[in-house]
Amino acid sequence: MEGASPDGAVLFGAILLLALSGVPGLFARKGGAGGERLAAVLACAGSAAGLVPAVRILFFGAELRMELPSPLPGGGILLVADPLSALFLLPVFLVPALASVYGLGYWPESEHLRDARKLRLFMGLLAASMAVVLVARSGVAFLVAWEVMALAAFFAATTEDRQPAVREAGWIYLVATHAGTLGLFGMTALLGATTGSFAWEAPAAGLAATGSASVVFLLALVGFGAKAGLFPFHFWLPGAHAGAPSHVSAVMSGVMLKVGLYGILRITSLYGAPPAWWGGLLLVLGVASALYGAALAAAQNDLKRLLAYSSIENVGIVSTGIGVALLGRSAARPEWIALGLGGALLHVLFHSLFKPLLFLGAGAVIHGTGTREMDLMGGLLRKMPKTGAAFAVGCAAVAALPPLNGFFSEFLVYLGLLRAFAGPGEALLAGFAAPALALAGGIALAAFVKLFGTVFLGNPRSEKAEHAHEPGLAMRVPILALASACLLAGLFSPFLGPGLDAAIRSWAQRDAAEATAGLSRLPALASVAPLATVASWGAALLGLVALVAAGTALLLRRQAISRGPTWDCGYARPTARMQYTGSSFGEWIALRLTPRAAAAPLEARLPEGIFPRRARVSAAAPARDPVLLRLLEPFAQRWARRFHDLHALQEGRLTIYLVYVLGTLIALLAWSVLRGWLPLP
Amino acid sequence: MTHPVDILLVFVILLNFLVLGTPSLRMTIRAAALQGAILAVLPLLVHRGFGWRVVAIAVATMALKGLLIPGLLEKAMRDIHIRHEVEPYVGFVTSLFLCAAGTGLAILFAGNLPLAPEHVGTLIVPASLATLLSGFLVLTTRRKAISQVVGYLILENGIFIFGQLLIEAMPFLVEAGVLLDLFVGIFIMGIVLNHIRQEFSSLDTDLLSELKD
Repeated sequence: MEGASPDGAVLFGAILLLALSGVPGLFARKGGAGGERLAAVLACAGSAAGLVPAVRILFFGAELRMELPSPLPGGGILLVADPLSALFLLPVFLVPALASVYGLGYWPESEHLRDARKLRLFMGLLAASMAVVLVARSGVAFLVAWEVMALAAFFAATTEDRQPAVREAGWIYLVATHAGTLGLFGMTALLGATTGSFAWEAPAAGLAATGSASVVFLLALVGFGAKAGLFPFHFWLPGAHAGAPSHVSAVMSGVMLKVGLYGILRITSLYGAPPAWWGGLLLVLGVASALYGAALAAAQNDLKRLLAYSSIENVGIVSTGIGVALLGRSAARPEWIALGLGGALLHVLFHSLFKPLLFLGAGAVIHGTGTREMDLMGGLLRKMPKTGAAFAVGCAAVAALPPLNGFFSEFLVYLGLLRAFAGPGEALLAGFAAPALALAGGIALAAFVKLFGTVFLGNPRSEKAEHAHEPGLAMRVPILALASACLLAGLFSPFLGPGLDAAIRSWAQRDAAEATAGLSRLPALASVAPLATVASWGAALLGLVALVAAGTALLLRRQAISRGPTWDCGYARPTARMQYTGSSFGEWIALRLTPRAAAAPLEARLPEGIFPRRARVSAAAPARDPVLLRLLEPFAQRWARRFHDLHALQEGRLTIYLVYVLGTLIALLAWSVLRGWLPLP
Repeated sequence: MTHPVDILLVFVILLNFLVLGTPSLRMTIRAAALQGAILAVLPLLVHRGFGWRVVAIAVATMALKGLLIPGLLEKAMRDIHIRHEVEPYVGFVTSLFLCAAGTGLAILFAGNLPLAPEHVGTLIVPASLATLLSGFLVLTTRRKAISQVVGYLILENGIFIFGQLLIEAMPFLVEAGVLLDLFVGIFIMGIVLNHIRQEFSSLDTDLLSELKD
């Protein structure tokens, strides 16, 4: 460590606290509350401590650098925390801590004797390993932390491993993550072969973007894209996020996906002038993810699957921004870099506020109703007003409605796309991307209107929704904290400008070197995007809403308010079955907007006769992701059939295996003899 | 063949045949124990200098291979009331022939291996390979789990003999590792055997293949 800075020690201690937060609970009395409380306290203390160096690095330029000797091959362990790492560290130190508090109410040990300890242990490990991934800058250390993260997430997500659906989702996740890690191994090896060391540091002018660099980029795209949930590597995501306990989904969706995006950024930052197709490919994949995620989100009837698909959409938005920034780098357009990457990074931060809010809110709903099926809910706003209000904030934020935070980051990405299209330059692709992204945004809005309308408005559709209740304090506090953060973060986004600038500079530092070659310097975000203006308009809008609400409350203060059932306009006997269901709401999207392969099968039993008795229509999205169902499973099955004959070799009897070993041994020895006899080379 | 090490190694090879040729489990275990005890003496003869390491290896080998492990096996045998290996996959006579063939091959192989000059004339490498192959034969041709443990033991004896070549290059480390490995392996096998017997009342590994995944 250079100068043994206190920041480094604090960061190290914070990571250690997070990693060990679940350990004391392993030795506590089973079923007692001591272990889980201690875990939450440790996680919160570690996170609070970790936020300090992260903020200092991001806003005050206190970069950290540490080199440790390592007995492993591949050189020493190099840890560097630059502003880019620090920006991604913020969610790591925010979301898991809130999730651990939430877990006190959502997954108490007294009700989950079997798996609460395991869950806490792996939640802590997951958070700590993500932090290490973000600062590890040598290949071997990075891969080790990466693998710990992937496995911790696996164990946390399969907490309810007695359910077959959860086991299957976990299995698919494991295959996906290991396939991705394989790509990363290849990438690390190739990168090490070209630079001569496993340290991921580039010379001042950046690495040359040769042919092998493109292979490195593609491998990184597969490996990191699989973790980020980028289309078409997203297939594991909906199942794993839906099957995990809600606070684990919040961490996975709010933070872990971002670690994948960070990887793409880190690797691309090493290259001086990437070829234009890198940015173009990311842009196309980003837009595809956004459209696909939004369309499938609208088709879902499972609350958490809907949120998971929306994560795919948001990852798409972020990688569209990264694509614009990469295009800007190949075309030497600093303002594209500032807007594209600024939007992407801001969206990373904001998505890690509103998506955990939605998942935690969904957890509260599931906790209250005991189901994930949206068509069994309804009218929950009356039963759980606080959660409902917070959830509404989250829905508006994820749908990018001003003045909530989601609007600000998407605004920057759009600005970047339009700037890239308007030129000077010839990024025609951006011209197609902007309307496509807008379409995705529209579908996402519809999806969340459907979600909120079906779950919180109208009348309860089932007994379960009838008896829903507001969750306890431990669950309410994180939800309300995140909701107020979503309300305010957008308005304060101009103040985030300097931090974003620092992160953008540390990604695109090569452009500073290029500045001497006559190119303009990287502009500050504030000078290219009217964030302050938008924020003040947003504040005015929020003030107006508050004013109207206060006025309404004042006017209604003297009046007696009579409350009647929803849909009470002239029906003699209104029933809950008269309402639009999630299926009926999503049907038009599911049938018209999703590609044929992904279309939801419409299950209809139409009314018959003059006095129809029972009829029902439901358009349920398939329980598995279409890419998985139509593409990967047939492919895997074909290969499984092809390899079927090899199964005879794996007979399951130890003796036979030993015969194989014996045969190999004798063959090898015989070969050594034969080589002496025969004149072989 | 006047070197005392070679005389001992001839006994080791003969014991291989005894293990493969007898249906009596007690005889098999005793033969393996005797083989272990002979091997314990081996380091003392190969290395003239009586370093404390060599003595330690000899004592540990004698204790583990000559006494403790065979003792455990005999106790297991008494506990589960099995005395004879019936119906091995390969008959006793056939396996004797296979053992002879293996020993022949071992001598053939050993002659062609690139060895250090001081080891060329001795029986160390042929005996090691022959014992290794015999261990494999026992492992693959016998049906009872307890015979397979003996096969494992003999296999390891082969490795041990080979380790004599390396005792100066890698003193103690290899031996200690292998001994520990073996002891833990047999210990676990003993526990597993006991549990399997309680659950299934049979120790026929043939019947255990139902458990495969």
